Amino acid sequence: MKKGMKFNVKSLITIVLTILLYAIIYIMIDNDLLSRHFKGLLVSVGVNIILAVSLNLTVGFLGNLTLGHAGFMSVGAYAGCLFTVKMNLPYFIEFPIALIIGGIVAAIFGVIIGVPALRLRGDYLAIVTLAFGEIIRSIFNNLSLIGGAGGLKNISKYTDFTWVYLMIIITILVIANLVKSRHGRAICSIRDNIIASESLGIDVVYHKLLAFVVAAFFAGVAGVLYGHYVGILKPTTFDFNKSIEILVIVVLGGMGSLRGSVISAIIITVLPEVLRSLSDYRMLIYSLVLIAMMLLNASPSFQNFKENVKSGIDAIKIKIAKLFGRSRSEEA
Amino acid sequence: MELIAQLINGLNLGSIYALIALGYTMVYGIAKMLNFAHGDVIMVGAYTLSVAVSTLYVPVYISIIISMAVCSLLGVLIETIAYKPLRQSSPLTVLITAIGVSYFLESLALLIFGSQQQQVHSVVTVKGFAIGSIEITGESIVTLGTTFIIMVLLTLFIKHTKTGKAMLAVSEDKGAAELMGISVNKTISITFAIGSALAAVAGVLFVSSYGFVGPYTGAMPGIKAFVAAVLGGIGSVPGAMLGGILLGIIESLSKAYISTQLSDAIVFGVLIVVLLVKPSGLLGRKVTDKV
Amino acid sequence: MALLEIKNLGITFGGLRAVDDFNVDIQKGQLYGLIGPNGAGKTTVFNMLTGVYKPTTGYFTLDGQNLAGRSPIEINRKGIARTFQNIRLFKDMSVIDNVKVGLNNSQNYSVIESIFRLPRYFKEEKLATERAMELLKVFDLDKESHYLSSNLPYGKQRKLEIARALATNPKLLLLDEPAAGMNPNETAELMKTIRFVRDKFDMTILLIEHDMKLVAGICEKVSVLNFGTDLAHGDTTTVLNDPKVITAYLGE
Repeated sequence: MKKGMKFNVKSLITIVLTILLYAIIYIMIDNDLLSRHFKGLLVSVGVNIILAVSLNLTVGFLGNLTLGHAGFMSVGAYAGCLFTVKMNLPYFIEFPIALIIGGIVAAIFGVIIGVPALRLRGDYLAIVTLAFGEIIRSIFNNLSLIGGAGGLKNISKYTDFTWVYLMIIITILVIANLVKSRHGRAICSIRDNIIASESLGIDVVYHKLLAFVVAAFFAGVAGVLYGHYVGILKPTTFDFNKSIEILVIVVLGGMGSLRGSVISAIIITVLPEVLRSLSDYRMLIYSLVLIAMMLLNASPSFQNFKENVKSGIDAIKIKIAKLFGRSRSEEA
Repeated sequence: MELIAQLINGLNLGSIYALIALGYTMVYGIAKMLNFAHGDVIMVGAYTLSVAVSTLYVPVYISIIISMAVCSLLGVLIETIAYKPLRQSSPLTVLITAIGVSYFLESLALLIFGSQQQQVHSVVTVKGFAIGSIEITGESIVTLGTTFIIMVLLTLFIKHTKTGKAMLAVSEDKGAAELMGISVNKTISITFAIGSALAAVAGVLFVSSYGFVGPYTGAMPGIKAFVAAVLGGIGSVPGAMLGGILLGIIESLSKAYISTQLSDAIVFGVLIVVLLVKPSGLLGRKVTDKV
Repeated sequence: MALLEIKNLGITFGGLRAVDDFNVDIQKGQLYGLIGPNGAGKTTVFNMLTGVYKPTTGYFTLDGQNLAGRSPIEINRKGIARTFQNIRLFKDMSVIDNVKVGLNNSQNYSVIESIFRLPRYFKEEKLATERAMELLKVFDLDKESHYLSSNLPYGKQRKLEIARALATNPKLLLLDEPAAGMNPNETAELMKTIRFVRDKFDMTILLIEHDMKLVAGICEKVSVLNFGTDLAHGDTTTVLNDPKVITAYLGE
């Protein structure tokens, strides 16, 4: 029962903080305290958070590099936006359905691509998913049904801060809950040692597909949010550069760290706005971030540094907990 | 007759793919990694040539040599800085780094040369000829000829020189090769040097055949050449040649008879089919993992 | 009927006949040793028994069921678990999570139940934690349950790997050189642990080993593999004193 209680207090605090954050920002928006620029940024940050957290599932937790995440975003965006453009239902019916449709269509593509592709080794999987992204872009560019190169226009601008915040919460909850379950453990075991995982009877194909499809689903949802914010969808938005940008966010935030993805998404989305003068160098900086992060991760001195920082933070946590009168045994 | 013209196009394109695929396959066989940045080395080679010839007025033959030297150096540099420190890391880490390097080269080119594609004049001075209604360009002749010569030279090199045999040894068993006194580091560096030099040649031939270069010129051919290497059997030199030529022909025929847009999809479709049906490729050997 | 019956098992790699005409019957509850010089094919036999390799000749049955050529996943579900020559722990997961991965197939809650945290999730997770801690206690690893598995000392990592394999509730446990890299004290402790596992879990154990003290100490019977073929088999003491076997190990 003690463990159950600890669970409740911690999550209660989290829930309260989450609502508080939402309320603060909402009030600021309502009272016109935020510039329009900043409001737009909120949506971009939110979309990137959802994309990064979902990509982290395949790259960070499953340990498989996929380069077609923007492709899933694209597929979901078009599906969801086509729905609202063609149908004329009231907003509070249309939009949630569009979000679900976008996610499901992206998930279906996830299955179609995943079934053949996930059997392949890491390098091949990366290339195949890259190819998928490119092919989707190429096909959509020529599909007059969805506006072709000109794009899908006149999408109602349903997306606002509330929707984005809600979808962020849902995404993080779903993925965090999945990770902290037997399915999540199975997925991580595949990353850590696939041969051992198989020898323990883990259905590797199923779990790879699970991670891949869930990630694709949320990429699709992000796409729908994006489309209903910008009002127009162009196939070229969802290109390789976008996939790389999300990869950079995941890598920078730490593969396998959901918290890291959130913080990193905020930084990567906001920084170019703040450092306008460096915008020409954005691609260059991203590439250097990727290389540097990988080299740092491999170097033992950096690992030691990370360990020291971690133990420092843990020590501080213990001290704070002590302040609140928690006994030592509960801390273990 | 149209078919023959398209076949010649395919051979032309395929030879270029073969040259690039050789670099991929050698690095994959010896360093056991997929050098994602290989395609972009082509772009560097092409730009170097363009700058040397058009801006610096260096004679063509010397420009080509400069281009090969620059790319060779670049390849070795990339290996030393970005890949060598990660030899013990997971393949995922190396892959991400390789993508970083590729992205880096592309963004650097974008910054230096801008996004507009530059026109490049062909450096080929050989005149083409016609058989009946079919035109064979000088570029095609040079491309096919050069590729063939390089293939022969490379095969001889691997079979008969000490370095070449060292490369073969390292690709079979790194540990054993080291125990026999082969410097694995040196061998890998040489592999990158040769592969990148070949990429430079591919770049030169590419711009001669197609007349332009841009920051992203190397990316797609690079990926397609990888498909070619897989098709032929990754790690196999004759496989890279065969795969390259085949893929070039498949792409050309698809472009001509189906659609330009779908030709890309078909090329990648080939990759998926190969990986599902015979992952070791046409000429590759099946390798069993040690457990 | 023996628990494990191996009949005429063999495999060819390219031109090399790595294992040829290997036969053995292992009774339920036996502690059986598989020994032989390096490169004799012992791990290859293990790999065939666990579905990593497909035998080119022969077959083997577990409780009468032919499992030759089946996938590692299927074979584990049927009741064979193993440890590896080079320890294969899930390095970035905790000690207890490593064991819980082994418990995955005994849990039943669905993805939906994980995501929505329905009651069955909590019930089964609680059970899993209890069972995992029980197993860890057997191997004296319960105090390190939340350590990162890669932070354990070598000897404990080996024990964790065994605990994890046991979590899959197998009928037959294959241990590949469990004493590798251990000093005499650790080896003695391991011997006790293996015997304990056999007794407490009613387990049948087949192990590959180079440490003759361990083999002589706990194995009731052994098979000697040399160049992929059966050189001798039978009671441990008899086999270990067989001049053929001694020659194989020491050379002419």
